[in-house]
Amino acid sequence: MESQDAPRGDLLVILRHPPHGTSWLRDGLDAALVAAAFGQSVSLLFQGDGVLALHPGQGSGALGQKGTAATLEMLGMYDIEALFVDADALARLELAADALMLSAEPVDATRTAAMIAAHRLVLVF
Amino acid sequence: MRYALLVQGAPYSQQASHSALRFARAVVARGHTLSSVFFYHDGVYNAARLAAPPQDEPHLPDAWCELHAQHGTMLLVCIASALRRGLLDEREAARHGKSGHSLEPPFELTGLGQLIDLGQACDRLVTFSP
Repeated sequence: MESQDAPRGDLLVILRHPPHGTSWLRDGLDAALVAAAFGQSVSLLFQGDGVLALHPGQGSGALGQKGTAATLEMLGMYDIEALFVDADALARLELAADALMLSAEPVDATRTAAMIAAHRLVLVF
Repeated sequence: MRYALLVQGAPYSQQASHSALRFARAVVARGHTLSSVFFYHDGVYNAARLAAPPQDEPHLPDAWCELHAQHGTMLLVCIASALRRGLLDEREAARHGKSGHSLEPPFELTGLGQLIDLGQACDRLVTFSP
């Protein structure tokens, strides 16, 4: 395992749901923000359909939700700067890493496994 | 070992809380400590005071209370998830001008910070999601 050079931290939040249709993405982001507000180092990994959260131009959702784009824009204020995105999912959804609303490092399955090993706590939403 | 559980599935509609309860019982039966169960997302419905399932089905809210009574496991409910879904303790019900409350001790309304604390303080935090 190449966990020596993998991104480390206190908490890795894995976001696997798209921005609309359910509240999973919001709930996962809330957990990340709270942890960061408590002074923990937080990494975010957008995985599977969760990568759609980073697609630019997201508005509010059909459920009367506020949308998650505004929350994503606040991540920097909370010092959440370690953002990662599932490279396979980007390819499957035909999204380009450099056209996302935030800069996130594409990661493959091997690096994802190393990241999971290098964080003390992992929460999956 | 010190365990905590994160329960995110609604009772009766999904397996998550039923599995979580069985896992909780197994943890204490093996001599480990189950310090807390944190209910988030639709998992907060496990704390519904007025839940009245048919008698031949497991009563999940009562089963969680039993776990608390026998093993001192704290039953923590995310306040933001709960209030949205109509789960209010006496204090919140009064604050929001509601005529009755739908959540009571040993379930406790608390913030997400408690989940983060549990994750760092316990040896294992095990998630049960739908």
